Amino acid sequence: MLKEDCASELKVHLAKSLPLPSSVNRPRIDLIVFVINLHSKYSLQNTEESLRHVDASFFLGKVCFLATGAGRESHCSIHRHTVVKLAHTYQSPLLYCDLEVEAFRATMAQRLVRMLQVCAGHVPGVSALNLLSLLRSSEGPSLEDM
Amino acid sequence: MDETVAEFIKRTILKIPMNELITILKAWDFLSENQLQTINFRQRKESVVQHLVWLCEEKQASVNDAALLDIICEDVDLFDMKQFKNSFKKILQRALKNVTVSFRETEENAVWIRIAWGTQYTKPNQYKPTYVVYYSQTPYAFTSSRLRRNAPLLGQALTVASKHHQIVKMDLRSRYLDSLKAIVFKQYNQIFESHNSTTPLQERNLGLDVNMDSRIIHENIVEKERVQQITQETFGDYPQPQLEFAQYKLETKFKSDLNGSILAEREEPLRCLIKFSSPHLLEALKSLAPAGIADAPLSPLLTCIPNKRMNYFKIRDK
Repeated sequence: MLKEDCASELKVHLAKSLPLPSSVNRPRIDLIVFVINLHSKYSLQNTEESLRHVDASFFLGKVCFLATGAGRESHCSIHRHTVVKLAHTYQSPLLYCDLEVEAFRATMAQRLVRMLQVCAGHVPGVSALNLLSLLRSSEGPSLEDM
Repeated sequence: MDETVAEFIKRTILKIPMNELITILKAWDFLSENQLQTINFRQRKESVVQHLVWLCEEKQASVNDAALLDIICEDVDLFDMKQFKNSFKKILQRALKNVTVSFRETEENAVWIRIAWGTQYTKPNQYKPTYVVYYSQTPYAFTSSRLRRNAPLLGQALTVASKHHQIVKMDLRSRYLDSLKAIVFKQYNQIFESHNSTTPLQERNLGLDVNMDSRIIHENIVEKERVQQITQETFGDYPQPQLEFAQYKLETKFKSDLNGSILAEREEPLRCLIKFSSPHLLEALKSLAPAGIADAPLSPLLTCIPNKRMNYFKIRDK
């Protein structure tokens, strides 16, 4: 993500779970990306526990889920439907990207930077909430219809 | 010849057991064949020693000669390769009429032995030989395949030929002889000279170059560093010996937090086999905590492998 050309100043905080250590002063957080490794039940469990510490205001477009490992289906111990349901519960977009593949990583990085710019309010005329409703309407039929 | 040198030679020779005396004197090569032949080795030891010291005085043994004799005596058991090979072969041949035994000596005092096994009635099978490497300066031998029928016989042959009392099978197995040696001889913790050791600790621990970018903030840096430190204390900075498996045979009672679990009510212990496999097991274990897959410190059952020189465990309730 940092390699992308971006007019805004970009900072990335890496954490293995939430809540973040409170002893630090931080700039405003504009986007939270939960990375879920489909090969690890622990990864999903960790995400679910971390979600409880996220303030409700973030769920208006400033949270998204990134699932990695879908390409190697034999290694997946989490079913796709599980993460789909999780994203649906939290009203947030779900993206798939096999982070091990360089090309996919680059594309996803671009996408996330654009999302981040919108969430930070750096794109005039588009807010995080706008983006969220745009993404939602492009999803297929809702789970209840499946 | 100096009195002190004479005394030293006398005491050194006194320490040598009679059955090894001639061998050692020949190895020392200070007194000639002719001179040795003049000695009656069947006398009382004191007389033999006196005669030898007198011969040494005649030949003007120096301090250096005496020191050389001392070194030869110190040589552990003065391993006689020829005697070992003969003894080993004889034991196997006496037990099984049909057996092919070949030897090859290498540096580091190692002898490679190849054995093709037959029975009283069948010829040796040359396609399924067993290989043994015996390090004569140590009480250790490494064998290639897991024998069933002939294991006790092989053990006996090794024990007797190497003049030990007993043979113990270690629960340590790997395809890599060098790794087995490193673990058995405790040589795995030698500092590995490589360019990696010169990079600053922080960068090396966090791995990727991108971590030096100031726009990336690691929120859990304290935890990360703790994990790195524990991992380094447990596994060290050096490359791990290469093992492919670790196997745990459990015979323990089932423990459960849930009340009324059927399994927990069993009186007899449960039997369970857990096998870890990897192209490089110890390196994989070392990378678990830094990769966030496991908590640090790891279970001692995993980290004790090189230290205990075992990778096959049987675990019972105390």
